[in-house]
Amino acid sequence: MRLLAISGSLRRDSHNTRLLRAAAQLAPAPAELELFDGLKDVPPYDADDDLDPAPEGAARLREAIAAADGVLIATPEYNSSLPGQLKNALDWASRPFPDNVLRNKPVAVIGVSTGMFGAVWAQAEARKVLASIGARVIDVELPVPGAERAFRGDGLADADLHRRLAAILDELIAAARLRAPESHALAA
Amino acid sequence: MATATQTSALPTGIWKSDPVHSSVGFSVKHMVVATFRGAFTDFAITLANEDGEPRIYGAVRVDSVDVRDENLKGHLLSPEFFDAERHPEITFTSTGIRVDGDELSVDGELTIKGTTKSVEARGTIVGPAEHPAGGERIGVELETTVDRTEFGLDWNAELPKGGVMVENPVTLTVHLELAKE
Repeated sequence: MRLLAISGSLRRDSHNTRLLRAAAQLAPAPAELELFDGLKDVPPYDADDDLDPAPEGAARLREAIAAADGVLIATPEYNSSLPGQLKNALDWASRPFPDNVLRNKPVAVIGVSTGMFGAVWAQAEARKVLASIGARVIDVELPVPGAERAFRGDGLADADLHRRLAAILDELIAAARLRAPESHALAA
Repeated sequence: MATATQTSALPTGIWKSDPVHSSVGFSVKHMVVATFRGAFTDFAITLANEDGEPRIYGAVRVDSVDVRDENLKGHLLSPEFFDAERHPEITFTSTGIRVDGDELSVDGELTIKGTTKSVEARGTIVGPAEHPAGGERIGVELETTVDRTEFGLDWNAELPKGGVMVENPVTLTVHLELAKE
């Protein structure tokens, strides 16, 4: 069972990347959560560049999603929505439609912000975009507010948020297991 | 719920849908003003009347939805709509059949996207007629209207000037030519 974690923030000390690291700690073995490190390398979407082969950064993203049984996205909130680079990456992943790498792929969206709303609108927008792309969007959210005080060590400081993150991972893994090919299921 | 079955006017035997001369369609109000029609092209529907307990049952392959646009088809098959990966078939099994002359009423259980609801379909039954190549045919037409949101098909988009892209009531229609086995 392989899960791909995509942080919508490019910042080195990103709170959302840290949230995904906390999720990785919670992923029950033998599920593995792999952090995608190529978001910054995805070029701006241009249909003229969407050829075979695709630009390297976009191809890496598509391959990473294709190889995963499920995807966990952590998004910050920029101006009430998801960051442009994350949306751009999803746009690359959505092509060709409808038979793209995200089609029927279980995806959950979580997020953390420095403010009091925990990127809740960005998560809603990301879910909308993912559903439109054809992903199997898990109907959950995890708005983590007050990023500076939200973490303790490798996990979340708030016990309830910590439990909810674990529950989201369980739900994502259950959805991924339903559609994982036999070989993956056996390997997991 | 009426479950009484009047069998006198129903032809006996096993009758199966001729895939070429039968159709399964749906229609729904679109953009407030228009009626959008689509169809499913892969289905098998049977009228079985051998033991005095007639039944009409059938299955429709969701991925055979024909809406003349690949992008729209892609959306309809996605988890946001029919979720064809997890729910590849729409099924129907009758629980009661009533015939009055040519008029046909069928109660039954309709399953879409894993949700089963009771429906009543009304229409006609005519025949049998002799096929020139041999065998007998009957014609069955049935129609019912369901609220798609009751089956979890609740996608919609609000229109900028009011109203929604797709209304909730959907009319399901079958026109069947059934061949005797």
